[in-house]
Amino acid sequence: MTIGLAHYLAVAAILFTIGVFGIFVNRKNIIVILMSVELILLAVNINLVSFSVYLHDVVGQIFAMFVLTVAAAEAAVGLAILVTFFRNRGDIAVDDASMMKG
Amino acid sequence: MALQAIAFYLMAAVTIASAFGVVSARNPVHSVLFLILAFFSAAGLFVLLGAEFLAMLLVVVYVGAVAVLFLFVVMMLDVDFAALRQGFAQYMPLGGLVAGILAVEMIVVSSTVATNGAASANDAPAVAIDVSNAEAIGRVLYTDYIYFFQAAGLVLLVAMIGAIVLTLRHKPGVRRQNISDQVARGPKTGMRIVQIKPGEGISE
Repeated sequence: MTIGLAHYLAVAAILFTIGVFGIFVNRKNIIVILMSVELILLAVNINLVSFSVYLHDVVGQIFAMFVLTVAAAEAAVGLAILVTFFRNRGDIAVDDASMMKG
Repeated sequence: MALQAIAFYLMAAVTIASAFGVVSARNPVHSVLFLILAFFSAAGLFVLLGAEFLAMLLVVVYVGAVAVLFLFVVMMLDVDFAALRQGFAQYMPLGGLVAGILAVEMIVVSSTVATNGAASANDAPAVAIDVSNAEAIGRVLYTDYIYFFQAAGLVLLVAMIGAIVLTLRHKPGVRRQNISDQVARGPKTGMRIVQIKPGEGISE
């Protein structure tokens, strides 16, 4: 009944998988893709924190903080690009975003 | 110990269920709300692990800022989200298969690492005796990792400037306040003396 490292790692693995699955099935909706990326980064953070706690080393939590920082920055810039893209196209379907090449 | 197990299973189940809600909800606003729930219960998992500082950081940064940002953008964009969902059923079987295999592989690897790896010797989470979690993080973050900390601040600055530059636009024909014009305005430019003949009006 005792909760060990393996339990937390399993939760993180399932969360990561759900994020990857979300990117697979919502290929057109870039907002849900961004949210799936956030889920994947959350799974990574759970992995980092649980290893940090069970290895008695606080550096893992510091790295998780940096991951959090980069994830927040990524969300801000991603959503800004999305808003600009919507202004130019009037739509956010990513499968015909090929106008951006060249 | 049983209480801890109950709390863990509750948090884990809510996290995974709401994560599934994020990727499968029809309405993107519901997706964002599920995302908030997922982050909140993940913060509960962090508290169970003993990482209180990161748990509070997750609540403040994600629930307070990132999720609200997503909510704003979803509500601001006038998009037909039903059209964006087509292909969901088409990609579902293959995506589910790949995701299932991925989950099984990752769980097998991580449970092997947990039982045989370097962390397997430490049975219980480290219980801080003299310092709190925030103090322990601060002692390392502000000494050994100070340059990384500054670099993280720089990343946030660049992201902020980038987001502003990307979304700023100048509409033509908008009357804006021009402060330097207002300040430079004196009696010479702001006033004109017109001689009006009696009986006539003034026309500009």
